[in-house]
Amino acid sequence: MSPEKEFFREKPMPNLLRTIQLAMKSLLLHKLRSGLTMLGIVFGVFSVIAMLAIGRGASEQAQAQVLKLGATNIIIRSDKPPKESAVNSGGGSVLRYGLLRKDFALLEKTVPTVSQAIPIREMNKAARHKDREVTARIVGCTADYTGINDLHMAQGRFLSDEDRQQKKNICVLASGTADELFQYENPVGQSVKIADRYYSIVGVTMPRQASAAIGGSMSGQNYDLDIYIPLETMRVRMGDLNIDRSTGSFSAEYWELSQITLRVTSQDLVLQTANVIRETMKQNHKSDGDYSIVVPLELLKQAEQIRVIFNVVLGSIAAISLLVGGIGIMNIMLATVTERTREIGIRRALGAKRHDITVQFLTETVVLAGTGGLIGIGLGLATPLAFALIRAVVQRLNVAGGQSASEFSQMFAEMNPTPVPASLPLAFFISVGIGVMFGMYPALAAAKLDPIEALRHE
Amino acid sequence: MELAAQVTDLQKHYDLGSVVVKALRGVTIDFPKGDFVAIMGSSGSGKSTLLNLLGALDRPTFGEYTIGGIPVSSISDDDLSAIRNEMIGFIFQSYNLIPQYTVVENIEVPLHYRKGYPPISNEDKQHIEHLAETVGLGDRLDHRPYQLSGGQQQRVAIARALVNDPQIILADEPTGNLDSATEAEIMGMLLKLNAEGRTIIMVTHEDEVAKLAKRQIFMKDGVVAGEGIFPGKAHA
Repeated sequence: MSPEKEFFREKPMPNLLRTIQLAMKSLLLHKLRSGLTMLGIVFGVFSVIAMLAIGRGASEQAQAQVLKLGATNIIIRSDKPPKESAVNSGGGSVLRYGLLRKDFALLEKTVPTVSQAIPIREMNKAARHKDREVTARIVGCTADYTGINDLHMAQGRFLSDEDRQQKKNICVLASGTADELFQYENPVGQSVKIADRYYSIVGVTMPRQASAAIGGSMSGQNYDLDIYIPLETMRVRMGDLNIDRSTGSFSAEYWELSQITLRVTSQDLVLQTANVIRETMKQNHKSDGDYSIVVPLELLKQAEQIRVIFNVVLGSIAAISLLVGGIGIMNIMLATVTERTREIGIRRALGAKRHDITVQFLTETVVLAGTGGLIGIGLGLATPLAFALIRAVVQRLNVAGGQSASEFSQMFAEMNPTPVPASLPLAFFISVGIGVMFGMYPALAAAKLDPIEALRHE
Repeated sequence: MELAAQVTDLQKHYDLGSVVVKALRGVTIDFPKGDFVAIMGSSGSGKSTLLNLLGALDRPTFGEYTIGGIPVSSISDDDLSAIRNEMIGFIFQSYNLIPQYTVVENIEVPLHYRKGYPPISNEDKQHIEHLAETVGLGDRLDHRPYQLSGGQQQRVAIARALVNDPQIILADEPTGNLDSATEAEIMGMLLKLNAEGRTIIMVTHEDEVAKLAKRQIFMKDGVVAGEGIFPGKAHA
């Protein structure tokens, strides 16, 4: 082998660890500058992770609420009809709510993919026991109600078909109602007074989580203060007309059923069945203004779509922030290259190849961006803690300052950010990628310097 | 006679667009091993251009340059870097230390660019300390350049130039920024290195300094005007 061949044999990559150490050293020389340069990336990555976590937390909660309604369920609710449809009689008016018993009969008979249909009727009435009174949601329902709502008994039994057929004066209390009316007593076997009639208590249910809002209502449904009585009993004892005389004249609501919950045989058939039901309902209703059909599965899909849009918007914001951060880094690195022209000349004179200089400055940028990314990830992971802290502080303020902040605290109580595991490596690699992207030009500019010129640089 | 380096009809032209400046117009010099040459000449004589070419920092427009038997005139930029790293030690007028590095780290820099990028071994560290002691800085290993006097900085530069055990030391006005006492010290070191067998090529315009070399080459207008000392001429 000729001496030149021998001399110029292959050139491996510079030792990576040493290059990184070198980069760290240079960056630590200007701690403030490096820190400030990193900030763009830190905030970019932080916002990506925090926002994804908040978005995921919110959507998980929404999903859980929707699933509480049942993915295979279709819910038809009576709506308050428009005012002008009220039938005037004397000094008051009667509002006719939408769902009718014949709707229920029709649906149960004609839609083949429905495995279960449960009608309920709700009204708010005062329930009394001795000197305690509570305004409860009286729910007229059937024996199937527990199954479809995932409701479990804490004590006693739920209503049976027999109770319904015999129109018995019995009831089951929700846990909240039981606590309110029978603080330390066992309610089973005792009775409550609802609208001048006594109902004996046969059971108490376990607490039940609130479900997602359905129909037009914005707030979730709270089931704490329920009292369940047989549907037929409700019809016989309380009638379909609910008269409110409190305001001088009277207003009345005519109300046969407030809700029909239909369980579809399989999840694949839910959307088709929903369409069939929409058509079927038109037979008994000229307009669809007095009832609404809620399909939890559709809600879930809508929530999914909203989440996608949400992520796209957040992604664009984060991308802009990262872009700005990258440009900031590039700017500083260009200034650094100019500032260290002499050093580059010295290194070149002492044997550094162009490649070595490129690697040196590129590594500095990547270390800078990567460190920024890691700090951002750390901050992002701390988001749930920050929320917990805010919750705690707001709660304390609430205790001190009354109700004023309660809505605010509710908002935070419902937000439960959950970091998305995949977003962590993704964010890190994006920040490293930004380091490479925006560090390449300054590094190449540094390597391109003529060693003689660079050595003369003052 | 074995040659450490040889230049044959070396020409360097700078194309400035409107005019072509011929900084070197054909320089032929042999540098035998163990030589100590002072290159003299006024500014614009081409001595700096010659030194840059000898230092493999640049490539000639025409002509041949071999160092240690390897022709360097037309090799790639990376190969020039390798030549600088292994065969040449630089000593500059303004020391050119890296300001944020300590004495040890400055001496270490050429080792980072060695062929194959081997890690710095314990032997390397001992070698660096030994070099620092040789140039009289054994007690200042952790000092940074701004904590050192000019003479001390130049001694760090000498240690750095020696770390890869090069055949040729190129010194560009090594004593230009130093007082006469320090100048004597630095020149003493160069003479000692030369006595140990290293080839030294030094650019200077001081007759006193040039006198210490074995040979003086006087340059003018891009050619070798003669050998020997021409009193006063270098200052023009």
